[in-house]
Amino acid sequence: MSIRTITFDAIVVGGGGAGMRASLQMAQSGFKTALISKVFPTRSHTVSAQGGITCAIASSDPNDDWRWHMYDTVKGSDYIGDQDAIEYMCQVGPEAVFELDHMGLPFSRTEEGRIYQRPFGGQSKNFGEGGQAARTCAAADRTGHALLHTLYQQNLKSGTQFYNEWYAAELVKDSQDNVCGVIAINIESGETVFFKAKATVFATGGSGRIYSSTTNALINTGDGVGMALRAGVPVQDIEMWQFHPTGIAGAGVLVTEGCRGEGGYLINKDGERFMERYAPNAKDLASRDVVARSMMMEILDGRGDGPDGSYVYLKLDHLGEEVLHSRLPGICELAITFAGTDPVKEPIPVVPTCHYMMGGIPTNVHGQALKLSGGHEGDAQAVNGLFAVGEVACVSVHGANRLGGNSLLDLVVFGRAAGLYIEDALRQGMTQYEPSNDDLDRALSRVRRWDESKGGESVASLRKELQSTMQNHFGVFRKGDLMEEGVEKLANLRERIANAHLEDKSGAFNTARVEALELDNLLEVAEATAIAAAGRTESRGAHSRYDFPDRDDENWLCHSIFDPLTKQLGKREVNFKPKTVDTFQPKVRTY
Amino acid sequence: MKVSIYRYNPETDREPAMKEYELDTQGKDLMVLDVLNLLKEQDPSLSFRRSCREGVCGSDGMNMNGKNGLACITPLSAVAPGVKEGKKPLVLRPLPGLPVIRDLVVDMTMFYNQYEKVQPYLQNNTPAPAIERLQSPEDRAKLDGLYECILCACCSTSCPSWWWNPEKFLGPAALLQSYRFLADSRDNATEDRLSKMDDPFSLFRCHGIMNCVSVCPKGLNPTRAIGHIRSMLLERGV
Repeated sequence: MSIRTITFDAIVVGGGGAGMRASLQMAQSGFKTALISKVFPTRSHTVSAQGGITCAIASSDPNDDWRWHMYDTVKGSDYIGDQDAIEYMCQVGPEAVFELDHMGLPFSRTEEGRIYQRPFGGQSKNFGEGGQAARTCAAADRTGHALLHTLYQQNLKSGTQFYNEWYAAELVKDSQDNVCGVIAINIESGETVFFKAKATVFATGGSGRIYSSTTNALINTGDGVGMALRAGVPVQDIEMWQFHPTGIAGAGVLVTEGCRGEGGYLINKDGERFMERYAPNAKDLASRDVVARSMMMEILDGRGDGPDGSYVYLKLDHLGEEVLHSRLPGICELAITFAGTDPVKEPIPVVPTCHYMMGGIPTNVHGQALKLSGGHEGDAQAVNGLFAVGEVACVSVHGANRLGGNSLLDLVVFGRAAGLYIEDALRQGMTQYEPSNDDLDRALSRVRRWDESKGGESVASLRKELQSTMQNHFGVFRKGDLMEEGVEKLANLRERIANAHLEDKSGAFNTARVEALELDNLLEVAEATAIAAAGRTESRGAHSRYDFPDRDDENWLCHSIFDPLTKQLGKREVNFKPKTVDTFQPKVRTY
Repeated sequence: MKVSIYRYNPETDREPAMKEYELDTQGKDLMVLDVLNLLKEQDPSLSFRRSCREGVCGSDGMNMNGKNGLACITPLSAVAPGVKEGKKPLVLRPLPGLPVIRDLVVDMTMFYNQYEKVQPYLQNNTPAPAIERLQSPEDRAKLDGLYECILCACCSTSCPSWWWNPEKFLGPAALLQSYRFLADSRDNATEDRLSKMDDPFSLFRCHGIMNCVSVCPKGLNPTRAIGHIRSMLLERGV
């Protein structure tokens, strides 16, 4: 078993906001840190985040309070977000956001010279009693782009070692399940290498490409979740997928919630502002799960427009050209390019579109991946050597439904937190676990399988079938029998994908090989989603079932845990013990 | 429609060649990236970069019928008259002036090196306040048209001055970034930044050809930014 080995103190897999915030922290402290990314880091999906980063920095409202943000986030999560983690995120948030300004992030400004904040969905003042808050810090409607470039620039300055266009294919662990590093392929040359490190941080982002229609980039194939599941690490709340209310119909391209924050609203084919009926108080700024469901109900009731009556409209023209061009310039461009409509004049056709994976690898607030021996919080044990941050992780601050603007906050706060923790652990001496030749051989088997494939179905056709299965069986509204059918289809796809064919076996920039390896990951995420969705017999947050239309706190006020070894769904307690504030008790959730 | 694509695999091809494809687009005005994705289903060995498919990540810069742009936000109708209707072939080549790794994938090392040379990060040696560094909306407005760069390299690879001196002339993308920090009221490394460009090549090789402006998929204007730096350098020299 001969394979080139490159050794670091820490490796980060993924060059989006979470990964680069983590690597920055460690590189600044002088530890030998590598960042492995399958694309040049500024091509990561964080770049597509538009509206902003939600955080109580008290700019738009000098009396704003992180506890109000915490309340909104707990309520938004439909009460299965961990309150200790949400508390940490909301409390530490302002420090992390000010750091971004100090790094150079070009935030939009108020007349006072402070960071501009806009209203977003699900935001309130005074624990839901004080009306709509404006808490989302923005750089026009290009906040993710500004954030990602700023973090890349800081990493350049701090000497992070980048392995750009390297594809992490498999986790390497020893016989005791301690994580030793990853197998990665240099896409440019085709060389396969073992990256050995004391700490392996997954920051691989989401997996929206399991659906046919998604706002996610083509690279969002769930590589981290796939690697974790194959290594026997469980995933949590993976049935919870956010459908963003405003994807451009047909194209799936995202239109920021900031549009509604700035005063835009949704109308049906009759021109009616229908959200007034569904959420009389918050209206178009209700939480995303609520708005997406309301839109689907309008469409299913025949009030959608277009040839198939399949979309509604986002109306912005009343905001005026000046506001649209200064606050939402990127949206104007996207609408013209992908919908052929100029929002200054006409409404944009929109439809709820798969957007965000609330579930993922369970972690504590330090980003340590957890394995769970029982259902109790105390039973969670860290997986030695493995960390996860950002969308691939489930820490869990989003629970059953993420609030807009909380993903960027999640990734900087927990990227930073994992970096700080690892820095400290390295200083105190972290163990480097050593894999045996057999361990390495096992990790390489998947790459080898594709390289030795001689015939079978094509990657593209199988991927399409997988995506349409998820789209048709696990969408906004779900139903038991339909989901069971979906689970069966995926079992069938698993067999076929195991025998699929990689025709092109060349080394240099072989994107067909990368797509084949990605397909394995899509399947892992899809199957876990399907089994967890069929297993959670209630409706909560983004998970909405016709056959179980109500929230069931008696049985399901808990995380779901999907165990890849048994393919069974277990439960885990939610944390209701914040350290500095009283517990927010579950209430009926209305907007 | 007919599509003609530059193909080169260093492991099997002695030299690059154009390969012809046929595709039925049913008359739809697809994006060039959609065309590439459909062709990749036919021929998985075709290599190109792509990620966001909405014009913000900068992965799929390429040369389409002679002009650089992003495949994902360029509809066939905008490539050239007759392409969408199938009267004229769609001709795709890698970005010019950079070494080709395979097919439409170029080695961007030279481009990134120039970016790194301009110290593309905020520098401020005064202690940071407990909140953000204040910046007026007017000062912030100076960054508009600069910070939006997506590093797609469409501009630098269309610049004859850069083709001629890719190692010494920083090129439009890097210079735009340089000015993004020179223009930032929170940055105070102006003198250091300017002194590093005060030579005959780094900046002054720009001859105002403005190819960069005509191809920038984000509508940015590197030539104007270069003009601003030029003025700053000249003022400094006086």
